Amino acid sequence: MDTAFAQRRRRDLIVAACLAFVAALVPLFVKDVYVQNIMVLTLMYAALSQSWNILSGYCGQISLGHALYFGLGAYTTAILFTKFGVLPWFGMIGGGLISAVIAMALGYPCFRLRGHYFVIATIVIAEIALLLIQNWDWAGAALGIDIPVRTDSWLTFQFTRSKLPYFYFALALACIAWFVTWWLEDSKWGYWWRAVKDNPDAAESLGVVVFNSKMGAAAVSAFLTAVGGSFYAQFVSYIDPESVMGFQFSLLMALPAVLGGIGTLWGPALGAVILIPLTELTRSFIGGSGRGVDLIVYGTLIVLISLARPEGLVGLFSRRRKGAVR
Amino acid sequence: MGLLYGLIAVGLALIFGLMDVVNFAHGEFLMIAMYATFFLFAFFAIDPLLSAPLVAAALFVFGAVVYLVIVRFAVRAKANAGMVQIFSTFGLAIVMRGLAQFFFTPDYRSVTHSWFGGKTISVGGIFLPQPQLIGALVAIAAFVALYFFINRTDFGRALEATREDAGAVALVGIDKNRVFALGWGLGAALVGLAGAVMAMFFYIYPDVGASFALIAYVTVALGGFGSVFGAFAGGIIVGLVEATTALIMPPSLKSVGIYAVYLLVVFVRPRGLFGSM
Repeated sequence: MDTAFAQRRRRDLIVAACLAFVAALVPLFVKDVYVQNIMVLTLMYAALSQSWNILSGYCGQISLGHALYFGLGAYTTAILFTKFGVLPWFGMIGGGLISAVIAMALGYPCFRLRGHYFVIATIVIAEIALLLIQNWDWAGAALGIDIPVRTDSWLTFQFTRSKLPYFYFALALACIAWFVTWWLEDSKWGYWWRAVKDNPDAAESLGVVVFNSKMGAAAVSAFLTAVGGSFYAQFVSYIDPESVMGFQFSLLMALPAVLGGIGTLWGPALGAVILIPLTELTRSFIGGSGRGVDLIVYGTLIVLISLARPEGLVGLFSRRRKGAVR
Repeated sequence: MGLLYGLIAVGLALIFGLMDVVNFAHGEFLMIAMYATFFLFAFFAIDPLLSAPLVAAALFVFGAVVYLVIVRFAVRAKANAGMVQIFSTFGLAIVMRGLAQFFFTPDYRSVTHSWFGGKTISVGGIFLPQPQLIGALVAIAAFVALYFFINRTDFGRALEATREDAGAVALVGIDKNRVFALGWGLGAALVGLAGAVMAMFFYIYPDVGASFALIAYVTVALGGFGSVFGAFAGGIIVGLVEATTALIMPPSLKSVGIYAVYLLVVFVRPRGLFGSM
C-alpha cells in the first residue's frame, strides 16, 4: 500500500503499545476491587468484541451466535478441569481449537446463506447448543458447573486473593486480539475479507476465494472468542448455560464493536471502554431495585447511539484526522 | 398453535417485505399486547376476545409511532445500515422489557377466566382446548382480511408499489414515509391481535416476548422473507414440527426441532420455502 497507509499502521502500533503500557500501570494506583473488576470485564469484552469484529466487521458475516464459541471455551475448560483435572491452559487451547473446527464445520453450510438468513442461522445454532447443554446432565444441565478452588497459582489459573493476575491476563488477551486484527488488516486475508464484505460477487470474479476466506475469518474469530470463554470460566469460577451461551451474550459481545465502529481496528476497544463501565455502573447504582431501570437506561443508549452514529464513535476521530491531513 | 405462530410472524414478514427491516422488538410488541389485554380484563372485565380489536388498534398506533420516531432514522443510515436496524430495534426491545418490569413487576399474570378459557370441545372424538381453537379461527380470519386488504384496497396497492420501488412511487405522489408508517402500524396490529388471543392461555410476564420472537423469525425465514403467504405456511409448519418434537423429546427440547427444521430448509433452499429473489 501507499506510504500514508504504512505510516498509519506504524502509528497504530505505537499508540497501542503506549496504551497497553499505561493500562498495565493503572492497577498500581487503583486498588479498589470493584473498579478492578470492571476493568477486567472491560478488557475481556474488548478482546471478545475484537474477535467478533474479525468475522462480522471485516468479513461482513454478521454473527449473532458467538456465545456458542464463548460457551464452548468456557465449558471445555471447566469440564476438563473439574472432571479430569486438566489444567485450564490446556482447556484454553483445546477449547479454542474445538471452537475453530466447529466454526468451520458450521461455516460449510452457513456461508451459502446471505443477509438475514445467515444472521438467523447463527442465532438458531447457538440456541440449539444452549438447549442441548441445558439438558445434558453430565455437563451440569441448567445448573451449570461450579469450579472448585485448588490453589492460587498461574498453573491452575486461580487467584482468590487478588484480581491483578486476571487483570494482566485480560490485558494480554485484549492486546493479542488487537494485534491479530492489526496484523490481518494488511495481510492477503484482510484484503479478501473487505472485498467479500463489499461485494462478494465482484470479489469472486476477481479471483478471491470467497468461501475459504470466510472460513478463515470464522476460525480465527471462534478461536479467540473461545479463549475469552475459558478465561471467563476461571475468572468467575462458576458457569451456567444461560449466562455463557444465551442470546443476550452474543449481543453483548457485538455491542462494543457496533458502538465503536464495525470493521475498524480501534472500534471494539473504544466501544468496550465506554460501554462496559457504563453497563456495570448503571447496573450497580440503579439496577439494584430489580425493577428494570438499568435496562431502560441501557436500551435507550443503544438506540440513541446506533441512530446518531451509525459508523461508530471511531468516525469522530478519523474525520478529524482526515481534516488534519488536508 | 401453528396458526398463531403464523399470525405473529406475518406482521414481521409484512414489515420486512415492505422495507427490508427486521424488527427485533417484535416479541416485545407481543408482550405489551398481552399486558394490554390483561389490564383491560383486570380493570374493566373485558373479555380478551372483545378487547382484541382494541388492542390491535392501540398497537397500530404504537407501531406507526415507533416507525416515525426510530426506524425512519435507522433506515436512513448510510454506514452499516443492517447493523443500525438490528441494534436500534433491539435497544427498543430492551427498553420495553425494562419498562414492563418497572411498571408491571416481573410477576406472572394470567387472564383467569375468559369466555372460553379452560374449556375443551370435542371434534370427532379429538378434544381441543377452546381458547386455542378460537385463536386459530381469529388467525385465519386475520389472514383472509390481510389478503383482501393488500390485494383489493388502494392502500394495499400503495404498499405493494412502495415495496417494489420506493423511489418511483414518490414520483406518483405517494408519501413513502406515510406508507411505511402505516405498514409498521399494520404489522404491529397483527401481532397485537395475536397477543390478545394468546393472553387467554399464556402466562404474561416481561420476558414473554423473547420466547416467541425467535420462533417468529424462524417462521418468517422458513417461509421466505418478504412472503406473507410464506409466513402463514411457515407458521403451520412450525406448529406441526413443535407438536411432533414434543411427542418424541423432553418438553424442554421442543424448540430444537423447530430450529433444526429451519436449518435443514435453508441449507437446501437458501431463500426459504416461498422466498423469491
